[in-house]
Amino acid sequence: MFFGRVAVVSLLLAGSVAAQVTSQSLLEAAKEPRNWLTYGGDYSSHRYSALAKITPANVKSLSLSWVYQSPVAGSWEATPLVVDGVMYITQRPNDIVALDAATGRVFWSYRYNNLEDPRVCCGANNRGLGVLGDKLFMGTLDASLVAVDRHNGHQLWKTRVAEARAGYSITVAPLVVKDKVIVGVGGGEFGVRGFIAAYSVDTGKELWRFYTVPGPGEAGHETWLPCPPNSKDYCDPEAWKHGGGSIWVTGSYDPETNLNYWGTGNAGPDYNPAQRPGDNLYTASVVALDTDTGKLRWHYQFTPGDRYDYDSVQVPVLADITFQGKPVKAMLWANRNGNYYVLDRATGKFLLGKPFVKVNWMSGFDANGRPIQTPQPVGQPTYPGMQGGTNWYSPSFSPRTGLMYFPIWEEQAIVFSRIPVTYKEGSGFGGGGFQPYVPSADDPKKGIPNASGVPNLRRGPINDWTDAAGHGAMLAIDPATGEAKWKFRMTDVTDVGAVTTASDLLFTGGREGYLQVLNARTGELLLKRNLGAQMLNSPIVYEAGGRQYVAVMAGLGLFVFGLPE
Amino acid sequence: MRITKPIQSTAGLFALALSAFAQTTMQEHPEAYPRADIEYGARLYSEHCDRCHGANGAGVAGINLASGKFRSATTDGQLRMVITNGFPTAGMPPFRLDIADLTGLVAWLRNMNAIDRGSLKPGDPARGRVLFEGKGACESCHRVNAHGSRKGPDLSDIGTLRSAGYLERILVDPNGQLLPINRPVHLVTRAGKAYDGRRLNEDTYTVQMMDTDGHLQSFVKADLREFKVSTKSAMTSYKGELKPDELADLVAYMLSLKGAQ
Repeated sequence: MFFGRVAVVSLLLAGSVAAQVTSQSLLEAAKEPRNWLTYGGDYSSHRYSALAKITPANVKSLSLSWVYQSPVAGSWEATPLVVDGVMYITQRPNDIVALDAATGRVFWSYRYNNLEDPRVCCGANNRGLGVLGDKLFMGTLDASLVAVDRHNGHQLWKTRVAEARAGYSITVAPLVVKDKVIVGVGGGEFGVRGFIAAYSVDTGKELWRFYTVPGPGEAGHETWLPCPPNSKDYCDPEAWKHGGGSIWVTGSYDPETNLNYWGTGNAGPDYNPAQRPGDNLYTASVVALDTDTGKLRWHYQFTPGDRYDYDSVQVPVLADITFQGKPVKAMLWANRNGNYYVLDRATGKFLLGKPFVKVNWMSGFDANGRPIQTPQPVGQPTYPGMQGGTNWYSPSFSPRTGLMYFPIWEEQAIVFSRIPVTYKEGSGFGGGGFQPYVPSADDPKKGIPNASGVPNLRRGPINDWTDAAGHGAMLAIDPATGEAKWKFRMTDVTDVGAVTTASDLLFTGGREGYLQVLNARTGELLLKRNLGAQMLNSPIVYEAGGRQYVAVMAGLGLFVFGLPE
Repeated sequence: MRITKPIQSTAGLFALALSAFAQTTMQEHPEAYPRADIEYGARLYSEHCDRCHGANGAGVAGINLASGKFRSATTDGQLRMVITNGFPTAGMPPFRLDIADLTGLVAWLRNMNAIDRGSLKPGDPARGRVLFEGKGACESCHRVNAHGSRKGPDLSDIGTLRSAGYLERILVDPNGQLLPINRPVHLVTRAGKAYDGRRLNEDTYTVQMMDTDGHLQSFVKADLREFKVSTKSAMTSYKGELKPDELADLVAYMLSLKGAQ
């Protein structure tokens, strides 16, 4: 009874008409800007909102509406969903919390108990939920998939997707299409064999599975070359069995082609390609899968034989653009390897590749769009660094400005080391390591040897790398050419994506902890608010009770801003 | 088809910190292990390892540390892990050592077959302290256990943070080794007041520093007329200023600074 009453109040607040999330509403998510129904805002992953009440003219009066504090310490990478005035978030390790999107008060919370000790490389992250009908879907750290009643938080079904003891996990927000909930597995640092799989939204039964590393007899397996005879380097003749290709960021869906698209992670082990000769398909690639069958329709590999941990787990942005004078149903992709790509999303044809940051691991593309690789000598820096020119952070595409927006890391390089590693189930499978390149004050072309005291992965409120070792920016480009339109430079690096609105605002953040509102046409800073801790997700925009809000997580806080009442 | 086994990294090629996978510390320095690390490691070996493993590394049946081959470790990172975790069931306790100590011990283990311990002359911390407080004039910028200036970084626990090799290098080549955060800053406010000091933090809009008087200062960049980050260390090189033995003593003293216990 209590829940029923609250739900009614919430519906009234939202002034909503839709009480259900149907397949049709997911297809037309962009037409329901009060809601945020998928990880990327809609199936095209534009992270664009048609809401326009907050404008460049009134944004300066944006004020804090409410804060929700996670009780669990650790970085927070989730994207919330909003359905008719109710916000659904995930928090560590695998909680779901339903809140009133107008006040932040909690309706219910659900805790999933991970049965096995999860093995995750980079923290107990979960990036969000999928929704359809009355159900929310969440992948778990112990590699299961659960469906939960979105009205009361009760678990409806649970399916084991993979074995956590072998290093498999699910951190990705599910992609829900028609009668299927589609997820992929993480574990690229543990030698998993990656896959994407679809499950019945009603029962959790597995409907299809696509391995991102093909087995013997399957197309693409030939790119896991036999070990050369008498090799002096360690080589694993069965490298494909633990070849990586993990999935940890949500893909996109095109109803016209009925294809779902996913970026795949690094080959395993991360840094030592000598033990897995070949291109290692379909790692560091985009794969286009038939949504009904899971069959591969096409692929494009961004980083063949990846040796830099250049996961291609970026969000595929689907947009219809004019390319060289012709309309193209395109896929826009700013990759961790430092290049911006345009692909034909129906065929996978390579149309454009262009660096957006300093790149020295390759010197250009051949006629087929294959990068011409130029590995750097031992001890020398590789640009971009291991964290990439960009990474998993969500880009935004505004149909109003026609621009594509994404966060970048500039002038950040890594010195890689490579060490043979034998596979052991559930154990780390890196095959080397990395050290940030810190230019010497004497000579920027020289690095400080063994710069002890410079942490590999700096986190926290002090920027002790400083911009001498790289900095972040928000970049706006013309998606047809990759030409920069504007760049908003930050002193520290940034792990925060963007959301744009129909009033040409762009919301983003950074490690410095500022929520920053930019003019999407010019990059001009319109507003900043210090939230006191780094952000690790991308803001969303929604409406509840007739008011427009922007929500962003920083540290352990979920901060929601709106215009004064 | 012959498949070679994972090869042991050649001694001197890699110095890896704990961990086997991406998101953890690993370091590579292709040059040989610094002499200062080897010397420090030899001293630590006497303190911690001699009792069971013997001075020659062959004190435990079936194990010869001086052979350069280890049963449970190939890389330096794995060696560090063995030292840190021990083999409690086999009677080897875990040793909770800091970065400086682990770096030194591994350097010695990798070189004990090639270097005669008698030939090593590790510095003397007591003599080093006299140099630190006297001839070296280190306290005019640095602070140790509540004595000295706050102008430069507080060194009270530097012996847990930096290896012997790094400390030796920065004493003779302060510019080359200067970490970016420690680059001196000079700024002038719109009102015309100038400040010099050491940057503590910086973001897109603000900068925080310790001024030359040891005061914390924070500025909004938009309010500054001038903001410069120098690439010259405030410290001059001790090369030539101190004899090699004195440098070794100074390093030994800094390594002994392990912070408040």
